[in-house]
Amino acid sequence: MNDTSRPSLLTRLAAQDRAPVDFVLDGKPARALRGDTVLTAVLTHAGRLRETEFSGAPRAGFCMMGACQDCWMRLEDGTRLRACSTFIAPGMRLLSYAHKEDSHG
Amino acid sequence: MAEVHPVIVGAGPAGIRAAQALVAAGLRPIVLDEAQRAGGQIYRQPPPGFHRSGRDLYGFEHRKAAHLHGTMRALLSAIDYRPGSMVWNCEDGILDVLRDGKNETVNYTHLILATGATDRVLPFPGWTLPGVYTLGGAQVALKYQGCGVGRRVAFMGTGPLLYLVAYQYAKAGAEVAAVLDTSNTTDRLAAVPGMMRAPGLAAKGLYTMGWLRLHGIPLYSGVRPDHVIGYDRVSGVVCRQGDGTDGKQLRIACDALAYGLGLRAETQLAAVAGCRFDYHERDRAWLPERDKAGRASVAGVYLAGDGAGIAGADAAELAGERAALALLEDLGMRVDTARATALQRKLERQEQVRNTLERAFPFPADWAASLDDDVVLCRCEEITVGTLRASAEVDGAREINRIKALTRVGMGRCQGRMCGAAAAEVLARASGVALPQVGWLRTQPPIKPIPVHLFSGDAPDEAGMTLAARGRR
Amino acid sequence: MEIIDTEAAIIGGGIVGASAALFLRRRGVPVVLLEAAACGAKASGVNYGGVRRQGRPLAQMPLTQRAHALWGDLPGLIGTDGEYQRSGHLKLAYTEADLAELERYRASTRGYGMGLQMLDRAALDSRFAWLGNNVVGGSFCPDDGHANPRLVSPAFAQAARRAGACVREQVSVDSAIHDGTRFVLRAGDALEVRARVLLNCAGAWANRFAAAFGEPVPETSIHPLMMVTEPLPRFMTASLGVQGGGIYARQVERGNCVIGGGRGVSASPDFARPGRAQIGTLLEKTADLLPTLRGAHIIRFWSGVEGSMPDHNPVLGPSRTTPGLFHAFGFSGAGFQIGPAAGEILADLAATGRTEIPIDAFRIDRYAAEAHAAAASTVLGHGHPLEST
Repeated sequence: MNDTSRPSLLTRLAAQDRAPVDFVLDGKPARALRGDTVLTAVLTHAGRLRETEFSGAPRAGFCMMGACQDCWMRLEDGTRLRACSTFIAPGMRLLSYAHKEDSHG
Repeated sequence: MAEVHPVIVGAGPAGIRAAQALVAAGLRPIVLDEAQRAGGQIYRQPPPGFHRSGRDLYGFEHRKAAHLHGTMRALLSAIDYRPGSMVWNCEDGILDVLRDGKNETVNYTHLILATGATDRVLPFPGWTLPGVYTLGGAQVALKYQGCGVGRRVAFMGTGPLLYLVAYQYAKAGAEVAAVLDTSNTTDRLAAVPGMMRAPGLAAKGLYTMGWLRLHGIPLYSGVRPDHVIGYDRVSGVVCRQGDGTDGKQLRIACDALAYGLGLRAETQLAAVAGCRFDYHERDRAWLPERDKAGRASVAGVYLAGDGAGIAGADAAELAGERAALALLEDLGMRVDTARATALQRKLERQEQVRNTLERAFPFPADWAASLDDDVVLCRCEEITVGTLRASAEVDGAREINRIKALTRVGMGRCQGRMCGAAAAEVLARASGVALPQVGWLRTQPPIKPIPVHLFSGDAPDEAGMTLAARGRR
Repeated sequence: MEIIDTEAAIIGGGIVGASAALFLRRRGVPVVLLEAAACGAKASGVNYGGVRRQGRPLAQMPLTQRAHALWGDLPGLIGTDGEYQRSGHLKLAYTEADLAELERYRASTRGYGMGLQMLDRAALDSRFAWLGNNVVGGSFCPDDGHANPRLVSPAFAQAARRAGACVREQVSVDSAIHDGTRFVLRAGDALEVRARVLLNCAGAWANRFAAAFGEPVPETSIHPLMMVTEPLPRFMTASLGVQGGGIYARQVERGNCVIGGGRGVSASPDFARPGRAQIGTLLEKTADLLPTLRGAHIIRFWSGVEGSMPDHNPVLGPSRTTPGLFHAFGFSGAGFQIGPAAGEILADLAATGRTEIPIDAFRIDRYAAEAHAAAASTVLGHGHPLEST
């Protein structure tokens, strides 16, 4: 289940004077700032980036530097991207929950 | 002279100083970096549009950062700088590079690998929950995105980075719940004589610790994590302080946990380039062989910085320059041998500092043995510690590639980066052998995931990329 | 020096040697198996994992049928299912000529129980809509499938151990001779094994032992290029191959797609690595054949060392020079499915001197010039190497 209604994981502490970027997360509109990575954009709204293929457990990244590969997300059209190293773009339509075909138990 | 095509992989402190030395000798290296802006991790620059001072970003290191970034800027016209370039393969003088969704090949006659490091971690119950990040990751969130990984963050692990990131968070206005050090005060006291040789580092360490204490942030030593509290995200962490299970229990309320146990070298390209590796006891890791100047076992390949063995940002700058000088020496060009010798001497002193830091903040080797069977070891594939132990016992697997084949540990997207060290520790314990005997995970290309469409001309259109699509294009 | 006296000694702990050990133990024959590295870690452990009858030459039909029956009770044989599934194997044609070739193959193998079904483009659209545009049809074998070689091959050795075989790993046989009374194998100064019969199951390294007994063969090493994707939503409902070769693909239960095609390069006599020369081609072929995978990521390339014979049939059968010596090697990239049957045949030969399965086409002395030409012409139709196991 998606949890975009849950409080965010990340907290903005600095450099918030940047232009807004509107995107869509799990079908709901959201706003990030220009220069945010997808990870920042999502986790300043919600508490997960994805659910694992095997147990369905929620994940929200780990290393923030493109090594752990735990922050892969997908767009509604199926495109896959690494959230910590991809910048949020206007109109991006992101999904944080597992596609029902994803789970392999 | 035959055509010389030097290529540097990595634009952190090692790569930048290497580029600088090559340019000074009249060469024009290609500099490939995965990031969009130079600086590596410790001197990472925020994306364009962020207006933050050097002091805010880099604290004590802001002058070094400014100097390094300034150097890189000044080099731009003299180098072929290609940011956003992920090198995923290296074979016989050719690099395969993913850039803008397409593959580029880059030929080299000489290769300087300055590929840096990531945090070294061990698993514990709940470490995969949203809200748990590495210390480096927590630092990147703050430095690169102006975000804290939580509102109330606990910091755990050991090493200078532990105190530094906690300090940076507190200074940035985050609530720091606690700093939980796995090392003991006795470890740190034992390191005091060694720290005399690195007074600047020692002073910074004492300063940050003192500052944290002064601001009412509890510091604990001799800590082991018990588990993270939380169902689908962090709401606290439980630790034990002191030896064994009778140690005092600490219950820290927090909504994020940043942890790490030092760093681990990103050695994949060196491995794929065919470099010989050997085991280093202090690092508890297999690292590419290099001579004092940074030459690898493969002719024309040079190694500099944390990517060949953790030594810190200052050592990386020295090693980058020294490796470049080695490259120039090998070309038969005139090199300032006094400078080369001086660099080597400084690097040797850095080695001593490293030994001291390891003594002060030792890797908690007992941690692996005390893990419960149901703790997730490989986070990509969700394989537990118990599965690995069972395979070691039932299948008699004593070698890490065998364990990987049988249990899937290390078969995930991260290719063993996050679980490799832990898997080796657990396997060694389970088999009753010394750590070097279990070997190291064999590296193959791609050293990071690459998309299937990489060689198919343009990036795929929407229909082609739809994983849910059941129809033809 | 440790000396072991036994009935049967086996060089090589891949799926062939290990299954031979298991079957010998089932016959109550004392067995010592010597493996240079770890059992099932070479070609037997890093191959594609295809468990397939379709596409094999006629000469292999009895062998592959027998193997199919053995695979039918894998848990009974080795105590684990090794992720074996009968997903069906779909061999695709890119041209009408290739499709005709598949038809010919189907006709010529009728009677061997493969139940091959010819599918035209419309049938592919209906049953396998996830295939790319450029295939015109295919031949579907419903009960062929695939398994995880990393689990299955070591499991044969473990089963042999449990059945009482003496299995020694990290033991490299330096010399193998017959001293007039029995076979004597030496591994350095540490170990000597004496046996009445000897099975040469040393894979890509077997020719050395064949030559030592005066019957060298033109065995070469091939290095199939392999790759695997990240875990993905399941969509491949059959294991794939292509008439003429070039690519083969399957999707495992956990969602990773395992894909092979082309060649890697040798890194040493014992190891191979994926070579960049053919990586681009394999990725392009994958994107074309499986459009669903275009945005998916490859997380590993690898290769292996596989013994190959010029006519793509193994050497399987008794020595022509030395009674009591039996060979089984050179499976040419297609040894995984038939491996257990080869092991069973070896056990039969070693214990009784006979086997019911016709193996004359695999005799070691067929490489005299005329015999080789004759053998090459029995390769069915395509003249392409059998690529996948």
